[in-house]
Amino acid sequence: MSEPIESLDAFRDRTRAFIGANLRPLTAEDSYGPLRNARSEDAERLGFERDREIQRLLFDSRLAGICFPTEYGGLGYPPEYQRAFNDEIAGFEYPARLQAPTFSPCAAVLLDFGTEEQKQAHIPAILKGEEIWMQLLSEPSGGSDVAAALTSAVREGDEWVLNGSKVWTTGAWWSDWGLVLARTNWDVPKHRGLTVFLVPIRQDSITIHRIEMLNGSKEFCQEFLTDVRVPDSDRIGEVDGGWTVGTRWMFHERMLLNSPLVTVQGAGAHSDANAGALVQIAGQVGRLDDPEAHALIGEGRMRELVKLELNTRVGAAMRTGALSDQAAAIGRLFGGVTTARTYTLAFDLAGPAGAAWSEADGELRHAGSDFLMRQASSIGGGTLEMARNVISERVLGMPRERSQDKDVPFREVPRGAPSQR
Amino acid sequence: MLVTLGPDQEVLHDTTSRFLDEHMPVASVRALRDDPAGFDPKYWVRGAELGWTSLLVSESAGGGSVSGNPLQDLTLIAYEFGTHAAPGPLVPVNVVAYALDTTGEAHADVLGALLAGEAIAAWGLIEPAPGDQLGMIELEIRADGDELVLNGVKRPVEAAGQADYFLVTGRTGDGLSQVLVPAGAPGITITPLESADLTRRFATVRFDSVRVPASAAVGALGGCDDQVRRQADIANVLHNAESTGAMQRSFDLTRAWVADRYSFGRSLDSYQEIKHRMADLLSWLQGSHAISDAATAAMDRDDPLAQEYVSAATAFVGEYGAELLQDCVQLHGGIGVTFEHDLHLYLRRVTVNRALYGTPAEHRRRLGSLVVAREIAK
Repeated sequence: MSEPIESLDAFRDRTRAFIGANLRPLTAEDSYGPLRNARSEDAERLGFERDREIQRLLFDSRLAGICFPTEYGGLGYPPEYQRAFNDEIAGFEYPARLQAPTFSPCAAVLLDFGTEEQKQAHIPAILKGEEIWMQLLSEPSGGSDVAAALTSAVREGDEWVLNGSKVWTTGAWWSDWGLVLARTNWDVPKHRGLTVFLVPIRQDSITIHRIEMLNGSKEFCQEFLTDVRVPDSDRIGEVDGGWTVGTRWMFHERMLLNSPLVTVQGAGAHSDANAGALVQIAGQVGRLDDPEAHALIGEGRMRELVKLELNTRVGAAMRTGALSDQAAAIGRLFGGVTTARTYTLAFDLAGPAGAAWSEADGELRHAGSDFLMRQASSIGGGTLEMARNVISERVLGMPRERSQDKDVPFREVPRGAPSQR
Repeated sequence: MLVTLGPDQEVLHDTTSRFLDEHMPVASVRALRDDPAGFDPKYWVRGAELGWTSLLVSESAGGGSVSGNPLQDLTLIAYEFGTHAAPGPLVPVNVVAYALDTTGEAHADVLGALLAGEAIAAWGLIEPAPGDQLGMIELEIRADGDELVLNGVKRPVEAAGQADYFLVTGRTGDGLSQVLVPAGAPGITITPLESADLTRRFATVRFDSVRVPASAAVGALGGCDDQVRRQADIANVLHNAESTGAMQRSFDLTRAWVADRYSFGRSLDSYQEIKHRMADLLSWLQGSHAISDAATAAMDRDDPLAQEYVSAATAFVGEYGAELLQDCVQLHGGIGVTFEHDLHLYLRRVTVNRALYGTPAEHRRRLGSLVVAREIAK
């Protein structure tokens, strides 16, 4: 019999005491997104080392893995404890880099499909901040069609030999382990020849190339796997059953912000694409009395409120069954369009400072490069075109797009010329 | 419309929905095209029995909400007016009834007649260009002994030709005043206007030294600014719900059309361009449902952000409601711009609602000003 758990109030008190004793309040300079090139590499290194340190402090104070099973070092509490934790930690530093993809989807997939040995080996280490995970999923040959993976895994005795390349991983240069989706059978249709492996990142057979984004950010990486040897004991799920794992993997990715395994900041979180940021910019360029500026800020606020209420409504409609569980794509579509539009509003408010700025310009100094990077929000996490396909086909029931890879052995599926990335 | 309704709201909504299905199919709406009033008084009395006129009014005055959220209740009716393109002076009568009820008992007899559907009231708020922008009011209401004298022009006034009473919003010095004026009072000239709507009638109403007793005032002379703002917010909340209903109906018609229609041997809905357009339209439609309902709830609970929500909803539904309707027309092709097809009934409703109590651009500006003021106050 398990012991009765502490009350929610007692848990909140304990969380508050921990935060007061250990954590620093966030400032506007604590921008966590990968899209801004605001910090030096040394600062970034200090950042993830601090994240590991906080995670260890949380673990030692019995505040880590709130909804993870107790047998793997978690607390085994119900989801409302994680939500309470999210509320309390809003506005303070927290191990932001460890949440996604380490806790979810990676640890979530380990919990769903891992063997007992795999779970014992990794989950406690993850909760202590000793293992940072990444997902080796997208490939240079195509972003949205992940099941068309070309990275191959060939069996040799008790080992698998992996070759190929993965891309758009966040912070591979400071990660420890990765989930890898690879092709193990080329003679069956694409979804039926995939297998998932657990792979240590820091090894000579994996070369990490840091991709420089157009704004100078280098947080995204590409990995080259050359004869990476993986013991069969580090395979997760069935051989050729990787799409079963992959489907669940992507489910966890979509549900990230609602996952009880993940800490997300509550209402106090800093965002660079909202109406508050637009007012700051208008203030810096002396346009707080300008009706034209008010119109731009008003549009930003309108979109911010519609996005918020739309997500609430779609969530409620999915729970009652009024909309299919694919309807989350509606929020994805609206959110992507809104983020891009908000960066445009900020850029137009900034005026000439969007073209040339100095370090002293505060929020204003981001307007130009944010605008250059605008489409990233319509691409990353699934393009808006994919979202439109999902909405029309899975929510509205319109005919599926014709595909050339159905019921065809994957090796016969037409492919484009290999791209450099 | 809300995803989940309370049991009493279900009944309220279903009753009106079934009544309009039965008594106001599109053929009946079309038949009112040349009707001078645009609606049958007997239809309006029946509607009043279903709650169309009483939801915003307190129980002591003969009204009452079914859920404790009066505006939310009334938006269920307005939404069905949208899905049916139904006729009737829903917005003016409810706004005037609300104004009479919240400012005392002086006009209890008129209020009673409005609740019963036996009298019609129109609201004179908007004025002709160049005084037609959001918040501009020039009509003069001047005290002269124990009388009030009105001078000015209101345009457009919905249901002016059908109204027994006008609630006239005007200026007394620096503040706003409101007066209840019988439609037949000397000095009033009503000139009908053409309208983009098929059944809603509008007119220009001129007030030339119209004299009424001081007791005709609705609220304090020169002290009605907040009340007038709230009435306009209510009008917009109702329009947004109605437009969302019209959007939903048009979206459903269009979804069915693109499935049934074939070109080059394929159904229209198999083309990715059409699929992506429908996905965009669905995001606008669901966004309109969401922000419209959220603004209604913010008004009902008197949320400090209620004005921001109403302007966000009015700007969004105004802009994307009309865009959705025009895209539905486009997806229908030539049939979409004919009188024979029903789409224009809904397009008309959304179009008129978009223009009346502040354009999308005006509401974006108002919303921006509210946000700036709030951020500065921090």
